[in-house]
Amino acid sequence: MIYLLKTPLQEGDVRKLKVGDTVYLTGVVVTARDAAHRRFIEYLKEGKSIPIDLRGGAIYHCGPIVKRINNEFKIVVGGPTTSARMELYEADVIKRLGVRLIIGKGGMGSKTAKACREFGAVYTIFTGGAGVLAANTIKRIIKVEWLDLGIPEALWVLEVENFGPLLVTIDTTGRNLTKEIIEGAKRKYKEILKKLEVI
Amino acid sequence: MNNRILEEAIEKAAIEAIAKAVIYIPPDVKKALIEAFNNEVSEASRLQIKAILKNIELAEKMKMPLCQDTGIIMYYVRVGYEFPSFKVIEKSLVNAVKIATNTIPLRPNTVHPFTGENPGNNIGRYIPYINIEFIDGDELEFTVVPKGGGSEYVSVLKMPPPGEGVRAIKKAVVDAVLRAGSIPCPPTVVGVGIGGGSDIALHLAKKAACLRKLGSSNPDPVLDKLEKELYEALNELGIGAMGVGGRSTVLAVHIDYAHRHPATLPIGIVFQCWAIRRATARISRDGSFKVFQ
Repeated sequence: MIYLLKTPLQEGDVRKLKVGDTVYLTGVVVTARDAAHRRFIEYLKEGKSIPIDLRGGAIYHCGPIVKRINNEFKIVVGGPTTSARMELYEADVIKRLGVRLIIGKGGMGSKTAKACREFGAVYTIFTGGAGVLAANTIKRIIKVEWLDLGIPEALWVLEVENFGPLLVTIDTTGRNLTKEIIEGAKRKYKEILKKLEVI
Repeated sequence: MNNRILEEAIEKAAIEAIAKAVIYIPPDVKKALIEAFNNEVSEASRLQIKAILKNIELAEKMKMPLCQDTGIIMYYVRVGYEFPSFKVIEKSLVNAVKIATNTIPLRPNTVHPFTGENPGNNIGRYIPYINIEFIDGDELEFTVVPKGGGSEYVSVLKMPPPGEGVRAIKKAVVDAVLRAGSIPCPPTVVGVGIGGGSDIALHLAKKAACLRKLGSSNPDPVLDKLEKELYEALNELGIGAMGVGGRSTVLAVHIDYAHRHPATLPIGIVFQCWAIRRATARISRDGSFKVFQ
């Protein structure tokens, strides 16, 4: 199924999404990668406030190339980065900040999948390396926070239009497509080694 | 020949080559991706490759780097014994990276491994990496490879008991692709370097993955057969483009080797993501140059 969704997302919007569905997202997306995720957790621990309300929001694992033209920022290329590195933090981010949609690449693990099921969120992938295609859907930069972390690590709050195709690989039923594909490959492993005369 | 003129020519050629490499996918790679799209049976995997092809087209049209990870810049240099000046080569190649970072732009990727400090210009200790080989003639030729981090992350070095021979090589390659899964942005090129020593195996693997043209056959018939056998086997794993399930896990397997010590069988495995970026510059002794892919 193909869904056109708008932020802020309601719990019902994401509970209906299933592994294999495709989403095109319109509204607000916030980029966050390693350093921003670390800071989310640090701030939550210390009770400090996060500068952006992420309730019903979408987080994008992305470290963009940003060009400064006449003192104004422009995101020229912004494809996804490997989500596995954010596995350490994402479950807490979903639980505590109320994020409903995660966008990245490469898939995420069981901790994130569990949080998605419990709190109503999905993980989707955008095509790795397709940085111009992604940047092309950005209408404008609403604002930037935590720029002290550096351009790729800052929180870029973006207005996007029909950002996608985003493939749902973790839904709210506990399914995790990446895990299923690797398990499938493991089942074929022995047969493949036999064919190659390794065993 | 005036050194200053050559210095400027090398710098200019390198900036042009970096720009070409990060914006335009070489024709052999584009052809391989289109073939992968046509041969793919999984709808999800096809959709990923479709986005890849659309992105390539958009990057060309907008003259923007096709992926935000413009990598660590690697130079593979071949310099003729009769080239008039060796002294200017390194300096010009390093300078070109600094300039290109601002003008194209490239993402500033070089980070100090201990302090985390980022100089912001893609320069650092031993980076850009410059590998120099000497060749006959009076020309300077170098290939620029902006090597991304995602695919590098899953590199492997294995040192099996040499008695295991080719079986160990096959198993190491299948294991590496299975372990890498969706991380290196498949469909990938798997570079395999055998023998030499630990460093040589990885060096050969990286060159095989990044420099050798897709669609080219290995000149050694034994290795050619092994490459094709591994290609078929790896695409049976079902990982597919971006790991969403499908046939397009690898675009090719490229193998190179060096003679080995009898006590070791080094196996280096290096992945190159689908965004295979490379461009070559050839500079004549009078400073005229051409950049091609």
